[in-house]
Amino acid sequence: MTTSRADMAKTQARAAQAREPAAATQRSAGQKAVTQGFTEPVAEMTADLGPDEAALTEAAGNTMALKARSETSILIICGGSSHERDISISSGHRVGGYLHDAGWNVRYHDMDASLLPYLSDPATRPDLVWPLLHGAKGEDGSIRDLLELERLPYVGSRAKASGTAWNKPIAKNVVRKVGQLHTPVSVTLPEELFRELGVREIMDLLVDTLQLPLFVKPIYGGSAMGCTLVTEADQLAQAMIDCFAYADTALVERAVTGTEVSVSILEFDGKPLVLPPLEIVTPNGTYDYEARCTPGPTDFYVPARLPQETLDAVKEAALQAHRILSLRDISRTDFIVDGQGRPQFLESNVTPGMTDTSLLPKAALATGYDLADLYSRLAESVLRQDRVQG
Amino acid sequence: MGMADETQTPTTVIRNDPWYDSYAQRADAMRASEIRALFAVATRPDVVSLAGGMPYLDYLPFKELSQLIAKMLVDKGDQAWQYGSAQGDPHLREDVLQIMELEGIKDIQADDVVITNGSQNGLDLITRIMCDPGDVVLAEAPNYVGALGVFQSFQVDVVNVELDKDGLVPESFEEAIISQRKLGKKVKFLYTVPNFHNPAGVTMSVERRPRVLEIARKYHVLVVEDNPYGLLGFEGQTYPALRSMDAENVVYLSSFSKIIAPGMRIAWMVAPAGIRHKLILANEASILCPPNMSQMTISTYLDNFDWRKQINDYRGMYKERCETMDAALRTYLPYCSWHKPKGGFYIWLKIPEGLDSKAMLPRAITAKVAYVAGTGFYMDGQGSDHMRLSFCYPTPEQILEGVRRLSTVMDAERKTIELFGAGRRQGKGTDGGW
Repeated sequence: MTTSRADMAKTQARAAQAREPAAATQRSAGQKAVTQGFTEPVAEMTADLGPDEAALTEAAGNTMALKARSETSILIICGGSSHERDISISSGHRVGGYLHDAGWNVRYHDMDASLLPYLSDPATRPDLVWPLLHGAKGEDGSIRDLLELERLPYVGSRAKASGTAWNKPIAKNVVRKVGQLHTPVSVTLPEELFRELGVREIMDLLVDTLQLPLFVKPIYGGSAMGCTLVTEADQLAQAMIDCFAYADTALVERAVTGTEVSVSILEFDGKPLVLPPLEIVTPNGTYDYEARCTPGPTDFYVPARLPQETLDAVKEAALQAHRILSLRDISRTDFIVDGQGRPQFLESNVTPGMTDTSLLPKAALATGYDLADLYSRLAESVLRQDRVQG
Repeated sequence: MGMADETQTPTTVIRNDPWYDSYAQRADAMRASEIRALFAVATRPDVVSLAGGMPYLDYLPFKELSQLIAKMLVDKGDQAWQYGSAQGDPHLREDVLQIMELEGIKDIQADDVVITNGSQNGLDLITRIMCDPGDVVLAEAPNYVGALGVFQSFQVDVVNVELDKDGLVPESFEEAIISQRKLGKKVKFLYTVPNFHNPAGVTMSVERRPRVLEIARKYHVLVVEDNPYGLLGFEGQTYPALRSMDAENVVYLSSFSKIIAPGMRIAWMVAPAGIRHKLILANEASILCPPNMSQMTISTYLDNFDWRKQINDYRGMYKERCETMDAALRTYLPYCSWHKPKGGFYIWLKIPEGLDSKAMLPRAITAKVAYVAGTGFYMDGQGSDHMRLSFCYPTPEQILEGVRRLSTVMDAERKTIELFGAGRRQGKGTDGGW
């Protein structure tokens, strides 16, 4: 399935862009924001919060000549067959809309049987691929391996790094062991293990040792699908059933009480731009699927309402996770800042959501970045690196 | 962790939706859900979708019809591209008379007909003019999900009326009227899909129809008869429309969506004079007029093709698919139960006790088969023990494969449920004749 920029995407992206809190992109240091996206007077911008032009301009120091944007085709792969197909399509067309506005020749393709012929046909072969597939076969890295075999440059982490980050228990273990990051205590339990050792015995052990409240989630997947906060012991069985509807292995984690924050990172020629930690506040305290995907009563604070040293620690932890997991170009890492001010690593996403309710674009807009410019610079950064030859 | 100190970087507050506090109460239920998101996967060709109620359109003469439409758009361009009447194109209103005749509605003229933008528009109009928030609509349980959405948006209380293999149960209808009036509620109308019900697949028996109308007259309760499937009886059989038996107490809705093509978004209503006048004014306020181009396209088709044969061809095709699904269910899911329909698009499948069709859907999507969980057809959380399977769009081969995949999904879910059974949450099953 391919669609040109001229049809579906244009309409959707334009309509959606009209709803974007655009004023966030019009601010500069010292200005008050005039916006429908902010409900209270926005404090004066400071250098800490403003766009880090240094990160961008340093990257631009690589002067490798590139074709004109209008002659450079970027293929966005979105959709796929995972549970997050809907969100992927929205992310893909949102990013594509901004790139088109910045002058790129944007195309879209689903992940289906016509994709590889499309990529290899000289008439349709793109200059750059931006995989925006969420969920299995997108974030697990498999499509990225194929892109490398096709010798096509793409935006985002390589396959093995994606696979590591995709598996939440493995990612947690890596950042804890290698990076000394804090992570909530957890165990990883395949459904089969319950069958072999006994449900009651395992669940009693979980409640007795990890202690309530617990967070049960599939070991892979996003958008909080299949995730349950368990506050009473008798909720645990149902939480396991709901989790195993999405995956055959569950991560059972001690739920950490604290401030939920998310840190997005973009890399330009290997130099990271760490966006300010974004704090998420939901009315019921759970950032579940509905809260993520419905514009609703969730509030975001950029940067998070934390002491400066804690903000710095969270940013440093996110950067460490990005590096230790060998992530590339773009990532978003989620934390809970606990009662002692320690960022507890939850997960890193190699394909963070890019919809109009997603966290990375919100953090970038609130910091004063123009998304069309930001995404364009990321694309140019990848194109300059001549990754195919590498 | 302490509070932010005085040297803290100023914080920007972003509300995810700055208008969240401004919405009408009726918008409260309009929210994203995991289940809704999962259906995006059902559109992929590698997924066998037994979910959607889409007619199979390959029997339509696309090429010949396109040529005639192209000519029509030139010859009658000044009408096709222009605004039209809120009541609908008079030519099409004449056309639909011959369709209604097939189900016994003979005492009407074109002026009695109101064309709508699909029956969904018609449901919206009748609810808009009849119901205030808190009023009661009586409806078969389970019920068409699109109607529930309309009722919900007008903050109407939907009260269930029992449905069994012979359709709506008259005694339950009467009891519901009495009990609601005792509570001081205003019962505005009964909503019924008498033929090849969506989702239940059943048909109101001919014997029950006069009784339902008698009760409606006795208590002065309007009957809204929604009849999109009436001409799709597998053996060509039709049943007398409620409207054919009572012109004063029935509002009749039917549609071209299932018998020709839903893309045109053209349907029609017949209502008693007072209601009809209100409907026309409400239609004008809502959409100004149904699209002329779509109405004229339908007329072009009706005037130039043997639409009776086409509908007959559809019957044969849907019959074959229903037979295939019935056989596949008996082979792969013998522990489920269902009434085999005699027409329409759907089988309403009761799944084994303990399974929850809504909770099981992610597993089904992973296995590349989709269905609609029974909970979507109730306002009160019932239906977790049922699912709606559509046989209208997938080919017989796809139906076989889809049901086979469904059996593996149910097997896996049953094993998980049995494993964790002791402490699990029990879904809300269904009351009444199911």
